[in-house]
Amino acid sequence: MKLNELTIHELQDKLRRIEVSAVDIVSSVFDRIDAVEGKVHAYIALMKEEAYEQAARADEDIKQGHIKELTGIPIALKDILCTKGFRTTCASHVLHNYIPPYDATVIEKLKQAGAVFTGKTNMDEFAMGSSTETSYFGVTKNPWALERIPGGSSGGSAAAVAADECIASIGSDTGGSIRQPAALCGVVGMKPTYGRVSRFGLIAFASSLDQLGPFTKDVEDCAIMMNVMAGYDPKDSTSVPMDVPDYRSFIDRGIDAWTVGIPKEYFIEGIDAEVMTAMQETIKLVEKAGARCVEISLPHTDYCVAVYYIIAPAEASSNLARYDGVKYGYRSSKCRDLLEMYKKTRSEGFGAEVKRRIMIGTYALSSGYYDAYYKKASQVRALIKRDFDQAFTKCDVILAPTTPTPAFKIGEKTDNPLQMYLSDIFTISTNLAGIPGVSVPCGFAGKGLPIGAQFLAGHFEEGKLIQIASVLEKTAHLKSRRPNL
Amino acid sequence: MKITKEEVEYVAHLARLEFTETEKVRLTTQLNDILMYMDKLNRVNTTGVEPMSHAIALINAFRQDVVWESLDHELSMANAPETKGQSFKVPKIID
Repeated sequence: MKLNELTIHELQDKLRRIEVSAVDIVSSVFDRIDAVEGKVHAYIALMKEEAYEQAARADEDIKQGHIKELTGIPIALKDILCTKGFRTTCASHVLHNYIPPYDATVIEKLKQAGAVFTGKTNMDEFAMGSSTETSYFGVTKNPWALERIPGGSSGGSAAAVAADECIASIGSDTGGSIRQPAALCGVVGMKPTYGRVSRFGLIAFASSLDQLGPFTKDVEDCAIMMNVMAGYDPKDSTSVPMDVPDYRSFIDRGIDAWTVGIPKEYFIEGIDAEVMTAMQETIKLVEKAGARCVEISLPHTDYCVAVYYIIAPAEASSNLARYDGVKYGYRSSKCRDLLEMYKKTRSEGFGAEVKRRIMIGTYALSSGYYDAYYKKASQVRALIKRDFDQAFTKCDVILAPTTPTPAFKIGEKTDNPLQMYLSDIFTISTNLAGIPGVSVPCGFAGKGLPIGAQFLAGHFEEGKLIQIASVLEKTAHLKSRRPNL
Repeated sequence: MKITKEEVEYVAHLARLEFTETEKVRLTTQLNDILMYMDKLNRVNTTGVEPMSHAIALINAFRQDVVWESLDHELSMANAPETKGQSFKVPKIID
């Protein structure tokens, strides 16, 4: 296997034994990018020069005997994370020229852990989308089938890992934007508990739902990334001051005598037959490993999409008010007074989906409609969280499909926003309740398209997710399968 | 109809957005479909349910009232489309 196809822990073993250098690793990643990026378009911008410098520094550190969790490991960053001195666009025209004056906390943590940054990955504009089709910088293709979407909004980060154009990557998940693309691209993706990872320097979409997390080639790498990313940050007042366990210690612990909840509301008509088969196989594997699967109920599941598409746009309409052409970003040149400048800047700067969501959110918060929409949605949100609280008194973790279907075709849902929103049906309740979730490859559809299984746990129980995901990974034997690019 | 074209125009003004006639017509249809879908929430009895704004119960996060290092002035202005001296420059606000 080539170096760019290996995992973090495999590469770190090689670095420790001085079999390879960090420069060798980064070269193999950029060779791969040169070969396939034209087909995949996972990146908005590459950080090649910086990456080679970081790799050379990593080799110096290794020579001195200093090797940290991510020393010499090439990692791709969703273009929603502020990188000091390096353009950060959120895949929007409105930020096409924005150079952040500071690093996101997660970027600082990755730097301190010795990581090498490969570039900024493509995404739906302001993370609003499920297909990476709303990016101002073009569409990312699914490495397993180039005529299909990679999922979204972190489609570039998922595709970069699947295509071996990096070793691991960072994404953000507001309603499934890590888990859904991870499932559709056949990689591991985790959304941590709300408050587990600092949001400082993450460009805001819906502040009560946004959370950063890793995409990796296996579950052990997911644990390694979580060890680096998780933890309290005084710069994010919603991050939680709580100890972070060593997530790696949950690998290989087994799930003997666990109870796994299977929510009946997630196994409904409309799920693709091959996804259903893969889920049934997954349930068998989990039972074979010693767990007991029991049917549970999450009665308010049917309302999740409606709640989410009120709350997320409402928060977004407020967060995105800052793009007014005054302090940074795009400014329209065709304006005579301030009001016209605001309107023209925003109308020319935002894409259609972002404007649609700002409109929904502004309407839901406007005088006369607040109670009917925003307040009502916030009340149903409380009931959705209560469903999970009750479910976790009966089971250790919940198992469900990540998505109702494998990757759909590019252009298939762009004209019908509601259909696009419904593709998030299995991932958004997690964000509304603030609980952690992980998507792990669990099978392939007939056309060779990956299928993902999702495990959910109570607040701050990412360790349990690592534990059961590593069991599934070892028994499903899918890790070595790769897209044919 | 949940929302009319006139209401779309009013909400667009609140959001500081503007749309062409064709966009307004399409947006009115799309927002109607979306808002009709939201109507399913009326089936849920929420009497006495406290609205939830955050998933994790946190008490206000206070910090010590001490001066921290802050962003350099020049750097904080560096992304501005137009500046004058130490200020952001904008088109005229009143006639």
